[in-house]
Amino acid sequence: MFANFDIDFIIFGIMPYAALTILVVGSIARYDRDQFTWKSSSSQLLRRKQLIWGSILFHVGIITVFFGHLVGLFTPVWVLDAIGVPYWVKQWMAVLIGGPAGIAALIGATMLLHRRLGDSRIRMTSSWADIIIMVLIWWQLVIGLLTITQTLQHMDGAEMVRFMTWSQSIVSWNLNAWAMVVDVHWLYKLHIFLGLIITALFPFTRLVHMVSGFAAPFRYLLRPGYQLVRSRRQKPLPKRAAPKATPAE
Amino acid sequence: MTLNAVAAQVPLRNLLNKKGRQMSHLLDRLNFLQSRDLEQFSDGFGKVTRENRDWEDTYRNRWRHDKVVRSTHGVNCTGSCSWKIYVKSGIVTWETQQTDYPRTRADLPNHEPRGCARGASYSWYLYSANRVKNPLVRGRLMKVWRKMRETMSPIEAWTKLQADPILRASYVETRGKGGFVRATWDEATEITAAANAYTAKTYGPDRVFGFSPIPAMSMVSYAAGSRYLSLMGGVCMSFYDWYCDLPPASPMTWGEQTDVPESADWYNAGYLLLWGSNVPQTRTPDAHFYTEARYKGTKSAVICPDYSEAAKFGDVWLNAKQGTDAALAMAFGHVILREFHLDRQAAYFEDYTRKYSDFPMLVKLDERDGKLVPGRFLRADDLDGKLGEENNPEWKTVAYDEQSKGLVAPNGSVGYRWGEDGEWNLEEKAHEADTSLKMSFVLDEDHDDVVGVDFPYFGGEAYGQFATDADHPSVLTRNIPVKKIKTADGEISVATVFDLFCANYGLDRGLGGDWVTSDYADDMPGTPAWAEKITGVPADKIIHVAREFADNAEKTQGKSMIIIGAAMNHWFHMDMNYRGVINMLVMCGCVGQSGGGWAHYVGQEKLRPQTGWQPLAFALDWNRPPRHMNSTSAWYAHTDQWRYETLEASEILSPTAPEGDWDISLIDYNIRAERMGWLPSAPQLKTNPLEVAKAAKEAGKEIPAYVAENLKSGDLEMSCEDPDNPANWPRNLFVWRSNLLGSSGKGHEYFLKHLLGTDHGVMGKDLGEDGRQLPKEAKWHEDAPRGKLDLLVTIDFRMSTTAVYSDIVLPTASWYEKDDMNTSDMHPFIHPLQAAVDPAYESKSDWEIFKAIAKKFQEIVPGYLGKETDIVALPILHDTPAEIAQDQVKDWKKGECDLIPGKTAPAYVAVERDYTAIYDRFTALGPALDKLGNGGKGITWNTEEEIDNLAALNGLQLDGAAAGRPKIDSAIDACEVILMLAPETNGNVAVKAWEALGKATGREHAHLAEGEHHQKIRFHDIAAQPRKIISSPTWSGIESEKVSYNAGYTNVHELIPWRTLTGRQQLYQDHLWMLAFGEGLMSYRPPIDLKTITKEVQDEGDTLVLNFITPHQKWGIHSTYTDNLLMLTLNRGGPVVWISEVDAKSAGIVDNDWIEVYNTNGALTARAVVSQRIKEGTTFMYHAQEKIVNTPGSEKTGHRGGIHNSVTRTVLKPTHMIGGYAQQSYGFNYYGTVGSNRDELVVIRKMKKVDWLDREKSWKAPAQEAAE
Repeated sequence: MFANFDIDFIIFGIMPYAALTILVVGSIARYDRDQFTWKSSSSQLLRRKQLIWGSILFHVGIITVFFGHLVGLFTPVWVLDAIGVPYWVKQWMAVLIGGPAGIAALIGATMLLHRRLGDSRIRMTSSWADIIIMVLIWWQLVIGLLTITQTLQHMDGAEMVRFMTWSQSIVSWNLNAWAMVVDVHWLYKLHIFLGLIITALFPFTRLVHMVSGFAAPFRYLLRPGYQLVRSRRQKPLPKRAAPKATPAE
Repeated sequence: MTLNAVAAQVPLRNLLNKKGRQMSHLLDRLNFLQSRDLEQFSDGFGKVTRENRDWEDTYRNRWRHDKVVRSTHGVNCTGSCSWKIYVKSGIVTWETQQTDYPRTRADLPNHEPRGCARGASYSWYLYSANRVKNPLVRGRLMKVWRKMRETMSPIEAWTKLQADPILRASYVETRGKGGFVRATWDEATEITAAANAYTAKTYGPDRVFGFSPIPAMSMVSYAAGSRYLSLMGGVCMSFYDWYCDLPPASPMTWGEQTDVPESADWYNAGYLLLWGSNVPQTRTPDAHFYTEARYKGTKSAVICPDYSEAAKFGDVWLNAKQGTDAALAMAFGHVILREFHLDRQAAYFEDYTRKYSDFPMLVKLDERDGKLVPGRFLRADDLDGKLGEENNPEWKTVAYDEQSKGLVAPNGSVGYRWGEDGEWNLEEKAHEADTSLKMSFVLDEDHDDVVGVDFPYFGGEAYGQFATDADHPSVLTRNIPVKKIKTADGEISVATVFDLFCANYGLDRGLGGDWVTSDYADDMPGTPAWAEKITGVPADKIIHVAREFADNAEKTQGKSMIIIGAAMNHWFHMDMNYRGVINMLVMCGCVGQSGGGWAHYVGQEKLRPQTGWQPLAFALDWNRPPRHMNSTSAWYAHTDQWRYETLEASEILSPTAPEGDWDISLIDYNIRAERMGWLPSAPQLKTNPLEVAKAAKEAGKEIPAYVAENLKSGDLEMSCEDPDNPANWPRNLFVWRSNLLGSSGKGHEYFLKHLLGTDHGVMGKDLGEDGRQLPKEAKWHEDAPRGKLDLLVTIDFRMSTTAVYSDIVLPTASWYEKDDMNTSDMHPFIHPLQAAVDPAYESKSDWEIFKAIAKKFQEIVPGYLGKETDIVALPILHDTPAEIAQDQVKDWKKGECDLIPGKTAPAYVAVERDYTAIYDRFTALGPALDKLGNGGKGITWNTEEEIDNLAALNGLQLDGAAAGRPKIDSAIDACEVILMLAPETNGNVAVKAWEALGKATGREHAHLAEGEHHQKIRFHDIAAQPRKIISSPTWSGIESEKVSYNAGYTNVHELIPWRTLTGRQQLYQDHLWMLAFGEGLMSYRPPIDLKTITKEVQDEGDTLVLNFITPHQKWGIHSTYTDNLLMLTLNRGGPVVWISEVDAKSAGIVDNDWIEVYNTNGALTARAVVSQRIKEGTTFMYHAQEKIVNTPGSEKTGHRGGIHNSVTRTVLKPTHMIGGYAQQSYGFNYYGTVGSNRDELVVIRKMKKVDWLDREKSWKAPAQEAAE
């Protein structure tokens, strides 16, 4: 395997596993060791300007793009075939939805980055990780948008299917999957590489707030009653016998 | 690099799961197999779950702690609040207020809660970046020292270093410019001890100065340094006068430094007049009594120029122009006298003033150029036969008695106090005969004549913004009813003080003549209409407040109180403001009555167990007297502020002054005062006193006689006559518990220039450069010295401004790391500071630091210094028999009298010192108390029993020079010494003390302490709970189930005389200098012109000139807390100056602009706070905002902007130098010159460029050099 050592093999064959391992193990470690750092570290108190527009544009855009990638890459090809969506349609959907969302996210990210670096109070309270992750995301957005220029040259969706196959091969432990993306344009490769880096950095940055949502109190909507007793008792109370009927006097 | 930083995001601190925790938060959540729900109840409206609850521990641990320790803040805030200090894992985490003060009584609110935001933020300091963690030494000094010490002994090394002017300058000139290096305790104490020993041997021990203020805030820490200094002969510098918190009017009127009601007594008042005191802001823990009094229904008027936090408490707010309070007080007095003493005589007021004031005393009217002026009190000595008085007839004042229809010398005057026993009291008697003193000769049948008497009027001298359009002459002649009496010198006219007093207030009494009126609307000095013009307060409001104040006092028998801050006392003519207020209180019979009187709150002056503390603090158990110095005069001389004096005596002299040699500089007055034994000196003689003693021994003469002879011949000179001569410089200075340079140092830039010899911002010229009149008595050197101090040692827990300028900084324990005690004026309790944790880093408590220095000193001096005789020059002291030394002013140097030490000059007392036993003596209670007893304020008692008890309690010293004496090893031992010896904390001593006083007064007082006979308060008692003190004759108030502590209470209710010339509250001052400067009676004197804005200094276009006022702030206590992040966050994070909207606009300044404030004294930089609150014409800079936080460079000086005192300079007032004259005699922190600073004007402008001066300096950092 190492005889034909190849940078593509490292990045697209090995690195995804490395990144996912770091993502999972790192997140568990952080969750267990330092729960109080599991937060988005809002800087709204320091400066409100640029935050509302920047944050909303960025988040709406990035969430759309994120789920677009998720659905786009991990929907098995046979599902598309089964429901009869032609590849070119999916390709167009990706460009038409992902493109504007990406642009919105980029505008938002630019505002947020400018705010983070330009405001001295925010700059002083930012960690290295805060700054680096923002810079990486910004570049990722730029590169992602640039790949559209390549995509527009082959709207048949063939390239897209390669990426789908690759990502699905990764999660299905097909170690030869890397070969699928060896020949794609370098912009795509760079995009994937950066994506893997960001994935690996996830547990060490404020990106963890992406899963903070799980802690949101949705339970309240479903919970019966409104009084909750958190008991230290581990076992349910023994069933009380039904009150005996008192004989009438 | 990047990844490291990213990894650092995940702290490793929780790597291991702690005992009892579940293995993993995540695993715990992944328990899908087991339902979290246990059961439901209440028909499904509630449910029981078994989910993990570990997250709750976070909130539990946040407030969990290992122990709580009682301590407080030693910070001169007067709060003296007891606090709970919380400790967790050996770290002080936070503090909260104690709530366990002893109860008051049924009709009075309790003392708690006490505390404020400042105290609550203190724990921040313990582990902050500006904590001093190690002994620090100036790098260049350290480098040379280490080199020299390789071959030389410590004293040799210091001698060599001082002998080399280049080496000396190398570290002196870098003061304040950084460059400290760490030292060991051994090195730091060695340098200090060597410098002290060298100085004592070379120049004299009185060249070693120590400045530490306010013993009450941490009395053992104060005593540590002062005990060390007193054992070696060093000088303890005063503080109360230097801070200008001492109101000289108090010793003048009452013979008492300051005595005031506790804050609980506000609640007993019927009328509260807040005059320049900002209670909620500066007496925060006491303010609740003010609120509670308001709920009870007490009326309140607030007088202050700004809309202060107190103003909103008032029923009425009188915003008098700053610096004109005396005019307002005169107008109040005018109304009160008119309506309650003249047109109608309120019986209570008449009775009170007859018994307790000098109103009935007779004053001689002196003829001068054919005109009459009020002169001296008539004394028994003036009369043929001296009224039969043999003891001190020249010190017994005389009044007219209606019962005997003749003159009598009533009991209680100072003549009765000394040389005889049993008639120094306020009974209405002259010896055994009952008397009824006459207050006025106004009735036709009572006076022999009505004559015109001249009164000085100073209102016309007002300049600039203080001037009015009124045109009154400088001498006002008013008609006075007099009696003609025959004296040894022929027939003279005498008048009562009351008759002169009324005329002085401009009151028409039907005697005709000018300058009196019965119409409030007349613009005549004294009337409300006149005051309106000066103060801006409408006349009808003045009349209204005066009436209410007096009406309440009449109905409640004196329950009208005036709460007064230092504000009015910081003006050059503070006496006039204060005497104006005191006059009102005396006229209305308020002083000495619960709920009434003079509530002057300035600092934590009340060291309740004072007489127990003094022997410890000044080593009176080993040798007496200690060396005490009044700081204002000392710093004025040694920082060369006198060389820049802009005020000439002629500007403040009275137009009615007698002939005399008045045309001398202010420093000349001070020199005369020192020469005549009025004020102390430091240094004392130009020649080393150790050498003088040797010479006297060789000559075979008694020391006083030898010194007197050589002073007269000129072979010995007093140091004060030539302060710039290197022989007379202070050489070593200790500063501890203080921030002299960052807070109280008036004339900050002069300190830097002359005392320290480093970069400074002085922009004015001295008298020589300016070609003005030079002093006559003080020797003038063409070139002023720079860098007088050889060594400045600061002991602090934080890197204050003073520390930054020091040569050695020693890290001291914080207030949560040492054992000590604390008392206050504001409540009657004594309670401790305690070590909640050990001193952090390398710090030690002050007690241990001075022990270490003493030990080092004892170690290195043998062979250099041994048993030596020192000569201490002792001024004529108040409350001693010597206080009646000079009834006439005579200067021996001018040949007006002979030099008699202790009578016409300082006493020269031989003191035996053992320099090889400094440490042994420091740590043991010496034998002098056994022989001489203990006491204070003129009374003495035997205290052998207490010393035996201390021997049993503390144990005995087993070896060394003090073997067999009770030990004082730890700070708690020192606390026990104080508690055992003081009447306030040992009932047995209290009874003895009252009995001792009873001997002098001929009355029984011991009942005041009787029930407390067996009460003994120990350190562990106060650790358990604050304890209320026992009533003691050291103070004029008592603590009982009936009354709260109130000043003058025992004078009024026990008939103990005030310790004044007349024995009464003395509203007329007859000393020659008082009359010469026009202050026999109170009057309005406008602010003085200090001429500090010269054409040379004022830049073109800088037109905004404002009066510079420096009150106490909300975000700090003096300089403490001004560098505390929590407090900085609550304000603007650095120095600020407040300006009115109108003034700001005129200079183009908007809120938060950077501004520069300057005059010839220097410059400071700050941000502007533009506020409606401020009166136009003034600017407020809350005092002591340090220049170590957020202070940019000054465009004017090129150096970093200064502190508030960078634009001030202290100015002496001759009347404060008076001595040897009953209550006007010196006492440490009791009388003397005071450091006023409110008359200053400044230029304010917006800064063009804010320069932080954070560029590299071209010179090499000394720290680097030392390291090389």
